[in-house]
Amino acid sequence: MSALVIENVSRIFPGVRRGAATRALEPTSLEVPDNDFVTILGPSGCGKSTLLRLVAGLDRPTTGRIILNGKPVIGPGPDRGMVFQSYTLFPWLTVADNIAFGLREKGVAKEQRGDAVREWLGRIGLTGFEHHYPKQLSGGMQQRTAIARALANEPAILLLDEPFGALDNQTRALMQELLLRVWERERKTVLFVTHDIEEAIFLGSRVLVMTARPGRIKAEVTVDLPHPRHYTIKTSPEFSALKARLTEEIRVEAVLAAENAAGAA
Amino acid sequence: MKPLAPISPTARVALGILFFVLFVAAWSFATLGGYVSKTFLADPLTMVEEGYDLLTKHGFLRDIGITIWRVLGGFTLAALVAVPLGITMGAYKPIEAFLEPFVSFARYLPASAFIPLLILWAGLGELQKLLVIFIGSVFQLVLMVAVAVAGVRRDLVEAAMTLGARDRGIIARVLIPASAPDIAEILRLVLGWAWTYVIVAELIGSSSGIGHMIIDSQALLATGQIIFGIIVIGIIGLISDFLFKWANRRLFPWSLA
Repeated sequence: MSALVIENVSRIFPGVRRGAATRALEPTSLEVPDNDFVTILGPSGCGKSTLLRLVAGLDRPTTGRIILNGKPVIGPGPDRGMVFQSYTLFPWLTVADNIAFGLREKGVAKEQRGDAVREWLGRIGLTGFEHHYPKQLSGGMQQRTAIARALANEPAILLLDEPFGALDNQTRALMQELLLRVWERERKTVLFVTHDIEEAIFLGSRVLVMTARPGRIKAEVTVDLPHPRHYTIKTSPEFSALKARLTEEIRVEAVLAAENAAGAA
Repeated sequence: MKPLAPISPTARVALGILFFVLFVAAWSFATLGGYVSKTFLADPLTMVEEGYDLLTKHGFLRDIGITIWRVLGGFTLAALVAVPLGITMGAYKPIEAFLEPFVSFARYLPASAFIPLLILWAGLGELQKLLVIFIGSVFQLVLMVAVAVAGVRRDLVEAAMTLGARDRGIIARVLIPASAPDIAEILRLVLGWAWTYVIVAELIGSSSGIGHMIIDSQALLATGQIIFGIIVIGIIGLISDFLFKWANRRLFPWSLA
């Protein structure tokens, strides 16, 4: 059974001040089975974030519908955890209180929240930082906490919108490994949006390539690399072959996107 | 000096004090040097002398107490109404659309112009003084609080929604804590304005308070007393500002580095 079903979902943003409407997402259909890790790869402005926001329920589709575990998505909810590219930890809460936020909203008792927080602090390697405020953390630590905050809530699916986009390369590589370890353990259904080809291959079991605006899924590439994946896999021939193929796919779109931008200007 | 280059804390304090010293020096030079008539402007020494007399012989401390009480009373009432209303307006756009135009209009009605009406309605008692301050502060507070709440980062609200927060949770656990430091800063700012309203209220139809003492001193041409009264207001303002800043640092450690 597919956990997440996306049926003919499109999103058109109406024009501002009689300007032309923006077709952010062409009608898109997609099925994501339970425990799948799908990465969505595309150039900036291809509507990949729009698709993720529609699944999160933060935006409504112009056409089509989204169904999660048999229930239509009509708004945001705790069954779809989300990690944003921008740092969205609540700055007035400590790391521990941030992780416990969703559980608190659910009405989980304090002791159980404490247990969940301790467990997640360990998994993301931030034991000892529970009383720190987000401002006292590095970007990587903040995003690790954001992942823990989303997963502590036990969502059916985890949505990640370029969560490591603002991090430096070394930190980003470490974060990918951490996320992969968490996933190999939890086997959550994951939808991960990125513009980084290596990241898309390293993390995903499937890579969906999106076209430049108007966005649509152009190709689907299965990543047959075994788990657990070690970072050394990035230099394997299989990895390189996938990378070469996706580079080709994405390059065409990036050129198109650049031309579109030039034409619009 | 280079643009935006920082200075040491010692230099900052020293420069701040230096201006006060220069100010008093210029004042002393103008008055004690005989360049300005004593009738119009008392010299610093006379001011201190008359101020001492006020405090010891004329019960000025009681006037100060009454004025502080009026400011805090009227301002607290205004904050009790304005902060919840501003939060509601900031959170719910229809309520904002309903109230914002009127509040923007009312904000420009000068509180001092209401004094004759308020005397008619509430007499010369304490209620009238409180109402002047209330009218002077409440509309400003409502608008500024509404803007602060509406300006909360949208991605924080969205993050809370994906964590299962509903409307009440978003207001109570995202909008209010996120805008709390801004609201505290707004209260500090508007409290300063409330001080000008209280003095105006006391200048007209009052028998006590700092403003009353000032208008009495005018009849006696006691410019030293007037200046002393003004300086007392300034010092109280400085203290309240300091207390607010200190409280904000204690209450919202997360908003600073």
